[in-house]
Amino acid sequence: MQANAVNTVNPEKALFGERNEKGLIEIDKVSIVFGEGAKKNTAVEQTSLTILPGEFVCILGPSGCGKSTLLNSVAGYVKPSSGRVLVDGTLVKKPAPDRGMVFQQYSLFPWKTVRDNIAFGPKIAGHSQAECESIANTFLQMIGLATIADKLPGELSGGMQQRVGIARALANYPSVLLMDEPFGALDAQTRLIMQESLLNIWSEFSTTVLFVTHDVDEAIFLADRILIMSSSPGSIIADIQVKLERPRSQDLGTTEAFNELKKQCLSLIREQSMRAFSTQNQAS
Amino acid sequence: MNSAIQNVSEETIPESPLAVTSSSELADSQIVVDDKSAEKAHSYVTNPQGHAPGAFMQVALNLKSKVQSIVIGLFSIVFGLVIWHFATLYNFDFFIDFQNVPSPLKVGGAFAHHLSDSEFYVHIQVSIRRILIAYSIAVFLGILLGLLVGRSRMARAAILPYIEIIRPIPAVAWIPMAILMWPTEESSIVYITFLGALFPIILNTVHGVEQTPEVLIRAAQSLGASKLQIFWHVVLPSALPSIAAGLAIGMGISWFSLLAGEIISGQYGIGYFTWDAYSLINYPDIVVGMLVIGALGSFSTYLVRLCMRPALKWNRKPA
Ligand SMILES: Nc1ncnc2c1ncn2[C@@H]1O[C@H](COP(=O)(O)OP(=O)(O)OP(=O)(O)O)[C@@H](O)[C@H]1O
Ligand SMILES: [Mg+2]
Repeated sequence: MQANAVNTVNPEKALFGERNEKGLIEIDKVSIVFGEGAKKNTAVEQTSLTILPGEFVCILGPSGCGKSTLLNSVAGYVKPSSGRVLVDGTLVKKPAPDRGMVFQQYSLFPWKTVRDNIAFGPKIAGHSQAECESIANTFLQMIGLATIADKLPGELSGGMQQRVGIARALANYPSVLLMDEPFGALDAQTRLIMQESLLNIWSEFSTTVLFVTHDVDEAIFLADRILIMSSSPGSIIADIQVKLERPRSQDLGTTEAFNELKKQCLSLIREQSMRAFSTQNQAS
Repeated sequence: MNSAIQNVSEETIPESPLAVTSSSELADSQIVVDDKSAEKAHSYVTNPQGHAPGAFMQVALNLKSKVQSIVIGLFSIVFGLVIWHFATLYNFDFFIDFQNVPSPLKVGGAFAHHLSDSEFYVHIQVSIRRILIAYSIAVFLGILLGLLVGRSRMARAAILPYIEIIRPIPAVAWIPMAILMWPTEESSIVYITFLGALFPIILNTVHGVEQTPEVLIRAAQSLGASKLQIFWHVVLPSALPSIAAGLAIGMGISWFSLLAGEIISGQYGIGYFTWDAYSLINYPDIVVGMLVIGALGSFSTYLVRLCMRPALKWNRKPA
């Protein structure tokens, strides 16, 4: 099924343009501190990294380690306390349509139809009614939900809503797609299928993707590169290249190479939590 | 206020069991792989039943329970009338005194008489006109102030103290001041009516604005929306269910306040009619006036709800 879809020459390919040269993310000695005095909480500490255009990067780490905070600093929702974030050489100051965002919670506008949700970005950007329609239709085709264009989000399943959320973010043709545990609320089955569709969409779009998850399997299946994050204070402790062949299908999960990577990630995470555990014990 | 909001969500259309299953013709995907099985898997997990026959049964059941409620309601009213009738017939007098209460038959007779009396319609017309003027101004100002208070910290700091002080003052307490302040009796009555509608509308609007999910605002920001666009496309529609609740409550309370105003001053209006009947010792007319007020109040509240309904279609209970 997977191989089939990818081998077929796609007549719409031209619509999405050639490989993108945009989407360079530079995170430069970023620290993010919440609160003051006794309540001071360093969510991200002195983190520097560079993500290349078109890369699919997963941030993997335990709950509360600062993954969302780091992602939000790229999105522009959170200002770094020190350091800076650059996207395509421009300092990030606030959210903007060049950085599309997909959330874990359902975030479609519940009073707008699926089509109007997708057309929201183009409309805000000042495209004409007809242009908005045609962009929306393109993306509805792409996510395979053209038949439900006139439904309201409340009538859709969770998986469908997230797919519309991805389409809505992409309808602005962003150079970076930021995803914060987008499949975290879905059941295991739907989740696997959403991962495959995301890879397919991404192969058409070639935008940079920064994807937050705490699921090791998900990270390996999706990513070119996995950044493992540790907690208190949040920082990147490992940067693992995933050199698995693309296109990928869920069969990948049973291969030797996959399991090797999984072992590597898990032992890094375990080492980290052991260290956190022992420092905690010393402190008390 | 809480109960008002619950009211609205109770009124919203129940989730159609057909809604979730209509995914069977999703085959027109080119890029997305294995779409059908995705949806199949999903509907298996979330919605094991919910097919057409179930939906039909649901409609039939709904109808049956609706008819049942209507029948029970009618019986309850007839029962009340009978008790009222016998209480007046035997001059019931234990703590509550029924000796001067007109019987339902007398009230019915008085009502029938007024139906052919043109002055009765003038009373009703004058009251409705006052409500319309006062309510329109309250809707406009109430929503405007509510949006300001809900969104701007400065507006909140400036406006909220006034709301807190003026809101608890009952309409009747305003009457002397209103008569002194306003040039005509008519304008003071409209003013009192306006105040009654204003506060529930402001407070519900503020509440609705504050309830706007942060994630929707963030989503709009990342899609390029400006502050004003977010206000218009996200905050306002998101607050609409709560605003609608405020509008309905405001309508009810504006009748409340109108009556207070009309009893003291004026020479027309259904409140004046009621009070005048008391002065003239025309007891059946008192009850006629009361019942007409009740009917007009609930009918206009119903109209407000009806008008808001199309704008709230999306606001179903989450699946
Ligand atoms: N707005 C905020 N104000 C204060 N503290 C915050 C805020 N946002 C996050 N934090 C704190 O920063 C730390 C990192 O939070 P963050 O949400 O980034 O973690 P996460 O890795 O995304 O966790 P999860 O997997 O549970 O989503 C936590 O200790 C959290 O309490
Ligand atoms: Mg998070």
